[in-house]
Amino acid sequence: MDLLNAFVSLANYVLIPGIAYGSQLALGALGVTLVYGILRFSNFAHGDTMAFGAMITVLMTWWLQSLGVSLGPLPTALLALPFGIAGCILLLLATDRAVYHFYREKKAKPVILAIVSLGVMFIMNGIVRFIIGPDDQRFLDGERFLISAGDFKKMTGLEEGLAIKTTQVITVITAIIVVSLLFWFLNRTRSGKSMRAYSDNEDLALLSGINPERVVMLTWVIVGALATVAGVLYGLDKSFKPFTYFQLLLPIFASAIVGGLGSPVGAIAGGFVIAFSEVTITYAWKKVLGYMMPDSLAPDGLVQLLSTDYKFAVSFAILLIVLLFKPTGLFKGQSV
Amino acid sequence: MKKLLMASAAAALMAGAAHAEDVKLGILFGFTGPLESLSPDMAAGAEFAIKEINDAGGVLDGQMVSAVRGDTGCIDSSLAVASAERLITSDKVNGIVGGMCSGETGAVLQNAAIPNGVVMISPSATSPALSTVEDNGLFFRTSPSDARQGQVMADILNDRGISSVAVTYTNNDYGKGLADAFEESFTKDGGTVTMNAAHEDGKADYSAEVGALASAGGDVLVVVGYIDQGGAGMISGALDSGAFDTFMYPDGMVSETLETNFGSLTEGSFGQLPSASGDGPDLYNELGKAAGFDPTGTFSPESYDAAALILLAMQAAGSTDPNVYKDKVMDVANAPGEKILPGELGKALQILKDGGEVDYVGASAVELIGNGESAGTYREIEMKGGKMETIGYR
Repeated sequence: MDLLNAFVSLANYVLIPGIAYGSQLALGALGVTLVYGILRFSNFAHGDTMAFGAMITVLMTWWLQSLGVSLGPLPTALLALPFGIAGCILLLLATDRAVYHFYREKKAKPVILAIVSLGVMFIMNGIVRFIIGPDDQRFLDGERFLISAGDFKKMTGLEEGLAIKTTQVITVITAIIVVSLLFWFLNRTRSGKSMRAYSDNEDLALLSGINPERVVMLTWVIVGALATVAGVLYGLDKSFKPFTYFQLLLPIFASAIVGGLGSPVGAIAGGFVIAFSEVTITYAWKKVLGYMMPDSLAPDGLVQLLSTDYKFAVSFAILLIVLLFKPTGLFKGQSV
Repeated sequence: MKKLLMASAAAALMAGAAHAEDVKLGILFGFTGPLESLSPDMAAGAEFAIKEINDAGGVLDGQMVSAVRGDTGCIDSSLAVASAERLITSDKVNGIVGGMCSGETGAVLQNAAIPNGVVMISPSATSPALSTVEDNGLFFRTSPSDARQGQVMADILNDRGISSVAVTYTNNDYGKGLADAFEESFTKDGGTVTMNAAHEDGKADYSAEVGALASAGGDVLVVVGYIDQGGAGMISGALDSGAFDTFMYPDGMVSETLETNFGSLTEGSFGQLPSASGDGPDLYNELGKAAGFDPTGTFSPESYDAAALILLAMQAAGSTDPNVYKDKVMDVANAPGEKILPGELGKALQILKDGGEVDYVGASAVELIGNGESAGTYREIEMKGGKMETIGYR
């Protein structure tokens, strides 16, 4: 019984939040890694792209809610998601036409494109704040919990509760679906293969008759979809606030780099590495150990390796260590 | 030609002189940043006091007062100092109502107000550290120090019979100052703080912090943070995982946003904010509502009082020079003299003009103690049926 309590407590505070947060980071990192792999620059505007897609979804959700449309226990935002994706893709294609296209024609260096994306980031930042404002917005409806901590305790008679939020389940399921679709597309379809060919060697791809503009367009379409899905899932699980999307950029880039920039598998692995390192290393083991050890040995202190203040330091330390020993990241991406 | 030049030069001088006679007040709040939702009502309060003075014929010999706003970003000291420099050197303000958050206020005081000799009255910077700054008599606040709030919080918990709490604070001067002041008072009264840990504002995920606090345990989670920032994230995280269901909200958390977003979810949670009982607040509420802003907003009454104090002190000193009127701030704020409530600023000006004395009470029952800070009355609130209800004053 005590072992079960220990496990439930660990699951509730470490495993479940870690998996949900990891999935959100993984989806964000996939977008970053695709842009890096195919368009060959670090897209700092990715966080705000997520905010833009999520914003369109939020606005559509409110509109649907005002019409009385709902998905029952599921959040209405899932219905609004396609509109958000479409809006985000339009924005990205317009940005590409207006900004990135110019630099691509000039064969600008990646570092210039990265700085350009920084400028794009600030513009998107402004657009989102202009339309929806800087405040917290809530758009979650439907059932909040699949199982709440209180219900779990009643059901099982354990001392520890296990809460699983609907949004956490949706996050993980959607992430699995989106990732499998992406891999199927990249590995099995002609367009996906042409994207990979373009990523491997631009000139060779050009010679074999691949239209680069089409590849670029496809990339932005996929990135727009990924960014919106990631942004909406994050917004549903936590809350929508433009500033936090900007802050998400850091862990997302860390994930993409740990996994290996340009490698989709790496992006997913990186997302989970960063998420779990933030949650586990600073976890206070007092409760878990208290259940597992006999009463006489139960710890008085918090049994915390590092204070939670250091959680970002931890994930960046991991980033540094990985890059020292494997400069291309865990899954052989391109060297940075 | 020479005559024309002379004439125009003289005219320019006259214009300059006439211009300089107008009194300007800087309003230096965090219009952006973690407390951006509080600042509009605060600025409205300060500007409302200015309008009242102007309607009564202005200060001294009918000089009109105008307000110039500056942004501090609340947690951005360099922005705050730059804004303050602009207010002082280019707008030439005669006094500053602000800053808003503790860290930024300390920076502005050290780097702009003291070197330039400008009076600052902050309505909302509550860090205990500001009590001991060498301020040349230039700094006052119409809000109490958090050392007092910490004691009030300990009293509230003791009265409720709660002896074990976990504390999470926003990692800045305000959060750390209040969390430490509270821990000191609470443990002295026999309570236990299981954990006193920081959270960063505006982060993507708070499960690590919530997990650690849940391990530490405690009956109540004291959230010393900002409702627009990490505070909200910590509450959501704790509620979602079932780690805590009762919270204590200090002043940075209590706002309409809290009521709308967490009112029904945190039934029975409680907190406090600086706010006085008596006629002052009621009068101010009526006046403010009629003027079209929300006078119940946190620190809005204090802002009104801060602006009123500066202007009344000018009148009492017969000068708009900060180095002259700074000595009069304590005089107009405290007894002896006729009590002045909101809406009676015109009367106060007249009394001072006639050589009398006033005891400014204002919207937040101002009583300046020690180094020029409010003695502090707190309104205790509790979430009942999804609504935030006032249950008493301390």
